[in-house]
Amino acid sequence: MALRLAGPVPRAAAQAIDWLIRLILYLVLAPLAAFSGVGVGLMLLGLFLVEWFYPVWFELRSGATPGKKAMGLLVVHDDGTPVGPSASLIRNLLRALDFLPLFYATGLVSMLIDRDFRRLGDLAAGTLVVYADRPQGDRHIPEQPPRAPAGRLDTDSQQAILDFAERSPRLSRARCAELAELAVGDGLIGRGVDTGKHGEAAVADLLGVANWIARGR
Amino acid sequence: MRQQQFERDNAHAWTRLRDLLTALEGRRRPGPEVPLQRLAPLLRQVSGHYALARSRGYSPGLIDELHQLVRRGYRRLYRVRPAWPGQLLEFAVAGFPRALRRHVGLFWLACALFFGPMAAMGLACARDGGLIYSLLEPDQVAQYESMYDPTNVKLGRDAERQADTDFMMFGFYVRNNVGIALRTFAWGLAFGVGSLFVLATNGLFTGAVAGHLTQLGFGTPFWSFVSGHGSLELIAIAIAGAAGLLLAKALLAPGRHRRAAALRANAAEAVLLVGGATLMLLLAAVVEAFWSSSPVIPPAIKYAVGALGWLLVGAYLSLAGRVGRRWT
Repeated sequence: MALRLAGPVPRAAAQAIDWLIRLILYLVLAPLAAFSGVGVGLMLLGLFLVEWFYPVWFELRSGATPGKKAMGLLVVHDDGTPVGPSASLIRNLLRALDFLPLFYATGLVSMLIDRDFRRLGDLAAGTLVVYADRPQGDRHIPEQPPRAPAGRLDTDSQQAILDFAERSPRLSRARCAELAELAVGDGLIGRGVDTGKHGEAAVADLLGVANWIARGR
Repeated sequence: MRQQQFERDNAHAWTRLRDLLTALEGRRRPGPEVPLQRLAPLLRQVSGHYALARSRGYSPGLIDELHQLVRRGYRRLYRVRPAWPGQLLEFAVAGFPRALRRHVGLFWLACALFFGPMAAMGLACARDGGLIYSLLEPDQVAQYESMYDPTNVKLGRDAERQADTDFMMFGFYVRNNVGIALRTFAWGLAFGVGSLFVLATNGLFTGAVAGHLTQLGFGTPFWSFVSGHGSLELIAIAIAGAAGLLLAKALLAPGRHRRAAALRANAAEAVLLVGGATLMLLLAAVVEAFWSSSPVIPPAIKYAVGALGWLLVGAYLSLAGRVGRRWT
């Protein structure tokens, strides 16, 4: 199973969104101060909770803070399982250190040094910030009469041809033709075939081979 | 086998897994109509399909689709659903004191770093009335003096805060004291320097204020105020310091592990200590806000309760959680 790691830039953007949400929460809490005594007490408790446990709450509920969710990010253990209470507490309490001296400077340095973009809190907790699944587009291979390639195709070539076929409905016709000419001209569908085909003919050839690979004769 | 045939044979399994996951992801507790027990076998089956699709070189779109399905199922299968009230209680009555006893050496070290400067500074300030000004600004000293003025209605609050309610002070103590504890823990990862600094400075300040006020003749209001919550609060700060030192130990003395692995292991232990310290500080804040500040309770009773507090904290930390152990 592969995980796609998220780098500093989307994480900083997520952090900015979270800051904004926290700011709104502070503004919601502020009027409590009008009810002196108990109101101020509740406000201080609320501030304490938002300051320290805002990320923990959301990570345990759904794996990501609202900011991370908006950026399509997810916090997971480094074996890909959803983050648990212990790891979430560790990585979020250690923000107090990662933040120093200003705006997550320590965390950023750690992320840039580490291969997996982990800040110190992630290193101690054993967590990763990864991209969540994105909704997948249509992967339909356009129908064409199957056409056998001239020679044996290795797996990489097959994958390239199938990838092209699946993406072709989302590409412009000119780009399709351009890619197909390159592929056919390079002998991707086998040497010894007519490599001089152009435009729509090359696309049809390539899609034919894709149909032959995926569907057979 | 061609991809088309493969898809035709197995698509129903993929649809079933996808539908099951969609049903599970929607709600916190799935109803009886959701066939929960199908998740593991379906996931195993589809994981197999994913591996086959990859090894047979099927189209990247299909591989991606199966990969996403497997990842979704994996996340659902390994989701942690903490049973909060029960686990928290178990942690409070057994897990936390056990964790502390596993790291009792670091706890004593943190105590030395905290109570050492405190005692030294306290004795020095009790002898020399001017020494406190080397540490605190004059207006801070004046504030502390007004907090424990024997003529106060409420103890432990300066003139401006006399009217504040106990609940407000509770909120203040929670935010302030737990914040200190959590920072002591987090900054410990900076090779222990942060924990050391927080422990030592808090020890110095506390000692200075205690010594100075005693020397002024404000001893009774001060000591009767702090005696109630002192045991919980001071020990909790020392425990948070020990948690920070545990992080530092992973970097300075990782033992037989690599530093990264040692840090991972020690952090999992340290978070137990800091969690327990947080619970203790919450309790301390309750005592401090609603009991310690009361002017009607005679000092003798407060001292007795304070002494009892030290006994109870000591007994809790050294004994709780031992009964569950099997004696063989």
